[in-house]
Amino acid sequence: MDHTKTFFLDGREIPFKDGQTVFDAAMAAGVYIPHLCHNPAYEPHSSCRLCTVIVNGRPFAACTQPAVAGQMIQNDTPELKEMRRILTQMLFVEGNHYCPTCEKSGSCKLQATAYDLGIQDNHFPQFFQRREVDASHPDFVFDRDRCILCGHCLRVSRDVDKKNVFAMAHRGIKTEIVVDSPTGLLKDSRLSVEDEAAHVCPVGALMLKRTGFTIPIGARTYDRTPIRVDSVKNFKAREERRHG
Amino acid sequence: MPHALLAPPQEAVQPILDRHARDPQELLQILVEVQHALHCVPPEAVDLVAEYLDVTRAHVRGVVGFYAFLSPAYLGDYAIYLSDNITDRMLGNRELAEYLCSRLGVKLGKVRADGRVSVRFTSCTGLCDQGPAALVNGLPVTRLTRERVDRMVELITARKPVSAWPPEFFQVEDNFRRSDVLFRRPFEPGAALKAAMLRGGDETLKDIQQEEALDPASGTLWKRGADETLKELYRSDLRGRGGAGFKAAIKWETCRDTPGGDRYVVCNADEGEPGTFKDRVVLTTYADMVFEGMTVCGYVVDSSRGILYIRQEYWYLKAHLEAVLARRREAGLLGRNILGTGFAFDIEIHWGAGAYICGMESAMIESIEGRRGKPRKRWPLPVVAGVERAPTVVNNVETFAAAGMIALKGGAWFAAHGTMHSTGTKLFCVSGDCERPGIYEYPFGVSVREVLRDCGACGAQAVQVSGPSGTTITRSEFDRILAFEDLATVGTMMVFGPDRDLFEAVENFSHFFQHESCGLCTPCRVGTSLLVNLVDKVAAGKGGPMDLIEIQKLSQIMKTTAHCGLGQTAPNHLLDSIAKFRPVWEARMMTREFEPAFDLDAALDEARQLTGRDDAAAHL
Repeated sequence: MDHTKTFFLDGREIPFKDGQTVFDAAMAAGVYIPHLCHNPAYEPHSSCRLCTVIVNGRPFAACTQPAVAGQMIQNDTPELKEMRRILTQMLFVEGNHYCPTCEKSGSCKLQATAYDLGIQDNHFPQFFQRREVDASHPDFVFDRDRCILCGHCLRVSRDVDKKNVFAMAHRGIKTEIVVDSPTGLLKDSRLSVEDEAAHVCPVGALMLKRTGFTIPIGARTYDRTPIRVDSVKNFKAREERRHG
Repeated sequence: MPHALLAPPQEAVQPILDRHARDPQELLQILVEVQHALHCVPPEAVDLVAEYLDVTRAHVRGVVGFYAFLSPAYLGDYAIYLSDNITDRMLGNRELAEYLCSRLGVKLGKVRADGRVSVRFTSCTGLCDQGPAALVNGLPVTRLTRERVDRMVELITARKPVSAWPPEFFQVEDNFRRSDVLFRRPFEPGAALKAAMLRGGDETLKDIQQEEALDPASGTLWKRGADETLKELYRSDLRGRGGAGFKAAIKWETCRDTPGGDRYVVCNADEGEPGTFKDRVVLTTYADMVFEGMTVCGYVVDSSRGILYIRQEYWYLKAHLEAVLARRREAGLLGRNILGTGFAFDIEIHWGAGAYICGMESAMIESIEGRRGKPRKRWPLPVVAGVERAPTVVNNVETFAAAGMIALKGGAWFAAHGTMHSTGTKLFCVSGDCERPGIYEYPFGVSVREVLRDCGACGAQAVQVSGPSGTTITRSEFDRILAFEDLATVGTMMVFGPDRDLFEAVENFSHFFQHESCGLCTPCRVGTSLLVNLVDKVAAGKGGPMDLIEIQKLSQIMKTTAHCGLGQTAPNHLLDSIAKFRPVWEARMMTREFEPAFDLDAALDEARQLTGRDDAAAHL
């Protein structure tokens, strides 16, 4: 494998291996690229668009863009930061996010990303969409108000657990996650606590019951470490585990 | 289920399932047939289909929910969709809708209490030159007038089946107003294929079988014809007619040279861009030319599988297209042994179900595979990994028609027309305020002014070129030319006369994109709604200059970050309109300062509904 190829990210030379994406190479080199729908443990999805970078003058999602030697890439620019801020605000007004009372607060990637981007308010008028809450399951609450449609639960249930518990329904602004069961409710689905899909929600949409305040506010993941540091740390730890 | 269905779901669904393989890729085609049979896809049908295909119910529900023409709820014995393109509005569809609803005693978007009929709007039905148009149980009714609406109401009241309605209701005209070198005469089936197979060989031979070496086993001449035809395609410099203008020869060659088993040739007939109707005309009158272009492509790229993906609005062409395919099979132009050479290629038809996004290559391929029409990741491109991950050529109807003619007449012949970077001729769909709406074929490089003169559009104040996702041009730009060098276009030209309020187009287009956004990526899913909210705010007379700045900012973000062309081009019309027709916006503004989007009185509406009050004291 060729280890000598490099591209330039905000002027810094970043090495990459053939087949690596811009995102993976950057994170491996310790450069954080904001992202919400991507979890480096799974296949990228390129739907949140937060990881948009400018490659040789054109915008691409870093999570799916293959690294090519010599590329000039911009990531940390005022323009991109402003775009990411607005994309994140879009997610806040589309759903119904109540950070102060949400038990995910402090461990929520949406909230942590908003802090990282310096978001002070939602800017846009709230959509106040009506979304179903499904608390039927003894072990889970599925609160669609907080769903950002990143598709993690869907993809992991399909690809890792091989259960296909979730699907996307409707389209456009009405898109929502639906549950596969005769009633459409989680209690009649095949989701169980052992499933990986039960633990991948980056926000407070799919939550385990009875675990809400086991870790006090102030001591949670992103209370202790900003997301840009935590993401890179986790990414490197996973890479080390994979390559032993 | 509030109303009696047309038939018990089990009875209606089983024969449909029996016609389809137990393959999840059949899902959308099955659902389309169920919708036609039952005027809905009820929960019982979802269960039956899910079980038959061994997919989850949620997956089936997700597919039903994605496509505008699939409905979980019964749409009535008569399901009426009124086309709601801006051209239909210019022809008075809104007044007719109101009239139709009041005559039928039905609320727009709802089914009448007795389950007889429902009326709702749908995106452009591709009948802009003969609107206002509607679809009744899937069949197009053109040139709606009050008289025609009266007759429809009588027929519905008398429970006359749509098949017994007067045929003139369903008369769809070609309106082919100007033809040039491509569509001047009828196409002789087989001519292009023979020319392709014999290319580079002894041109005095009339009959392919005379070229004994055409036997694929020996391979030499077989391959020679394909290679030489590809060279002609290069010589022609044919660019994709779908608007993006990618060179067809490069696409075909990449497909041919990508290893990966049996390839696919897909023809995109999902012309959803409002104001576009050329695929309808070409497939009505020149279907052979298109199918032959596809077959030539199959020959060149070594594929045996062709798919025509066609929008649901053209369901009425089903019998005609199937008959053309059957005739071609009989004539040895499709099938296992084409022209006796051993070359195998066949074409099947896949129906869309109401989703503009499916005109986008990778979304179309998802739809062909029976799923929600969601665009795929950017890489790999469909030409490398398309249908079933096999290398796939996707070209549009007009491109395949042109490719067929190039195979017949050669690349130099084609390249002699048009401009340096836009060779050949192009079909234009002209509608709106003009005397002769319809299809016009011109060499690329024709000016907007010339088209306007020919179609009888004096005094136009603006033309929407290439549909809502394209460019709005003003009177001062009418000397611009239609070609990739200047105004790249799918061929759509909607003309706005001097008295039109262009803000109506802005409203129509922005709602269109909101409705058609697939919902995958944040900027398009949320951005199209934010834009609609801002446009509606201005429409309600509550806008201010800050809103225009906000629209421009959001537009820029969508253009930069949206996943696919839909979200990237959705704001084009807004940016053009603000830049070129600012007075149209300013005329509606309440103030020159900031106005909040929040409306206190509107916010009390829910409280009024809950308390059952609507008196003066319940309003601000």
